[in-house]
Amino acid sequence: MTEIKEQEKKGFFSKLKSKLSGTSDTLTRKIDRAVLGKKTIDEDLIEELEEVLIGADIGVKTSYDILESVGDRVRRKELGDADALKNAIKEEIQAILHREESVFTFKPEGPTVMMVVGVNGVGKTTTIGKLALRYKKEGKNVLIAAGDTFRAAAIEQLQIWAERAGIDIVKHHDGADPAAVAYDSIEAAKARGADLLIVDTAGRLHTKINLMEELKKIKRVMTKVIPDAPHEVLLVVDATTGQNAISQAKLFNESVGLTGLAITKLDGTPKGGVIIAIADELDIPIRYIGVGEGVEDLRDFNAAEFVEAIF
Amino acid sequence: MFEGLTEKLNGVFKALKGRGKLTEKDIDLVLKEIRMALLEADVNFKVAKQFVAAIRERAVGQEVLESLTPAQQVIKIVRDEMTSLLGEKRCDLDLGARPPVTILLTGLQGSGKTTTCSKLARRLKNEKKKVLLVPADTHRPAAITQLKKLGQDLAVDVYNSDPSISPLEISRKALEYARTNTFDVVLIDSAGRLQIDEPLMQELCEIKEAVDPKEILFVADAMTGQEAVNVALEFDKVLDITGVILTKLDGDARGGAALSIKAVTGKPLKFIGTGEKSDALEPFYPDRMASRILDMGDVFSLIEKAEEVFESEDVENLQKKLKTNSFDLDDFKKQLQAMKKIGSMDQILGMIPGMGALKQKGLKPDEGELDKIEAIINSMTAKERKSPSIIKGSRRLRISRGSGTQVQDVNKLLKNFQQTQKMMKSISKGGLKGLKRGGMLPF
Repeated sequence: MTEIKEQEKKGFFSKLKSKLSGTSDTLTRKIDRAVLGKKTIDEDLIEELEEVLIGADIGVKTSYDILESVGDRVRRKELGDADALKNAIKEEIQAILHREESVFTFKPEGPTVMMVVGVNGVGKTTTIGKLALRYKKEGKNVLIAAGDTFRAAAIEQLQIWAERAGIDIVKHHDGADPAAVAYDSIEAAKARGADLLIVDTAGRLHTKINLMEELKKIKRVMTKVIPDAPHEVLLVVDATTGQNAISQAKLFNESVGLTGLAITKLDGTPKGGVIIAIADELDIPIRYIGVGEGVEDLRDFNAAEFVEAIF
Repeated sequence: MFEGLTEKLNGVFKALKGRGKLTEKDIDLVLKEIRMALLEADVNFKVAKQFVAAIRERAVGQEVLESLTPAQQVIKIVRDEMTSLLGEKRCDLDLGARPPVTILLTGLQGSGKTTTCSKLARRLKNEKKKVLLVPADTHRPAAITQLKKLGQDLAVDVYNSDPSISPLEISRKALEYARTNTFDVVLIDSAGRLQIDEPLMQELCEIKEAVDPKEILFVADAMTGQEAVNVALEFDKVLDITGVILTKLDGDARGGAALSIKAVTGKPLKFIGTGEKSDALEPFYPDRMASRILDMGDVFSLIEKAEEVFESEDVENLQKKLKTNSFDLDDFKKQLQAMKKIGSMDQILGMIPGMGALKQKGLKPDEGELDKIEAIINSMTAKERKSPSIIKGSRRLRISRGSGTQVQDVNKLLKNFQQTQKMMKSISKGGLKGLKRGGMLPF
């Protein structure tokens, strides 16, 4: 029994690892290359490692933080050789990510409402489609709301996902007030006894004050039907993004109070290091990571697995 | 989070001041700051390294060390070097071929290809070209519908792509259609794809082969991180791209990806996307991009935008009014409305040097304040607007009620207006000199 489980687990790891191959390829091999054949830890080595980390989009500040605490341990002679150094970096990153490991949970009663936000082109609609399919499969009664009334054909795009999942969608016409869509959908979710309502919103750059105000309004309107809704405000972040993702997380958080993050497009070559920077600077749980096109490729985030996979 | 490079370097040089001649080590300190600024702007670390090495060569041995304003000197070198790396001159689309000329747009998922496609179509249409948009993204749900809708809004023809046939076939047939119907330009919107996805990259090659595009544009998100170089390099290797369009530059992304992509591919950046609407496509200017990466503001774009909005007739009228000292609240309102057209306060501030740093520190302009002022002026009678001095107690109360504001707000506006009028007076009397003498220069 345990053997089978072990095997399954192994299969899962290797799959995740192969999905994250872009990520692991660069990070692990680069660190290996930097520490290869080096018996002692010197300034040059630390500098090389700094480049490896920054090159993975971990960011200047977080990379320095990581190397500083590792450097402290070197000075205290806790780390003798390069391998120990590599492990220490791994531990540091895992510690940062572990704090933000927390799975999305449903409310015990009534519809759980999830509002999905993010900048343009990060994959909000695709993520919603996958989440809807997943929770439908888990036996939940799912409803989605086409709250992106701005972008041409965004409603149609979500509609196709709804058809694929065989679930209902609440929609208005192009250019309609997204707050009205949100209101209607939450009433519908209540009336139909849905377990989960996922509300799509139009992509917007976090620096546009009027658009962020619109988002606040959408959120406010929901509380009129269910006072504690939305229960989850999920920010979708594209793993290809650099340091700007920190600014995105900060400003969206200030406007609508984020409760979770989803990192998409990790199947490319980006290392997704900016997750580590976000986790280091802000306190927002990481819920999901997207490692491929398939529905099953949107997974719950697990810090140990993630670090294991990238190293 | 980001501090302007100018401020940082000023800080470094301040610390070094009074130590006589600067050593090589001091220069290292300065270069380190430059490197950090580049990395924070998402310039690829390898590109940053090369760039800093180039700066060192130019900085050492120059008169930087003896200069009274070493920070400025260094920044000038950095800016010059970056501008020349980004491409010196503006580079437009090359449509010099027998029509229909084909343009193929490529890039990762979500980089903004479809939106950019419609923006290019609008631009070309304004140049009196007959444009055909070709949706060839059969992968993403409703991508074809999206381009069709965008085309409809612009009154640009969109090829009726059949999602059940391959993008290669769609492109081929669309080109044929364009030939028989004498289109000038064919814009093909391809599906987003990862550069490591071999079958899909192969598909792009085949499309290229079949339609022989004059331009193959790589559309990149300005917020892309360190990976921008590998992605661009691979697209260029497979397709031999002819240019780059950088999107989503209307946010606070510093756009280091621009430098990275240009440095590794050597291909020119042609346009930048600066908004969601179809007119938000601007030519790429290397010097402005350099300023942005270095967080030095973009005064040129601000001036250009202002010129666009303020019609020359209005400006003449305004000058006349200033001369005769008859600038009234109606003019004031016009100015406010024009300013709103330039962009949000946020955007305007973003273009002013050094403001990037302030914004990060939490400076947020109050957009509502402008609306309030407008509402107050709207609640005044024509007579009151012409001669605000007649607005006394009861009028103030009426205006505040009418505009849904407090009397204090009305008072504040009237006081500000009075000051503006005074300022105008001294300008028209003695030009800027008079203004300075009067001690009323707001900066």
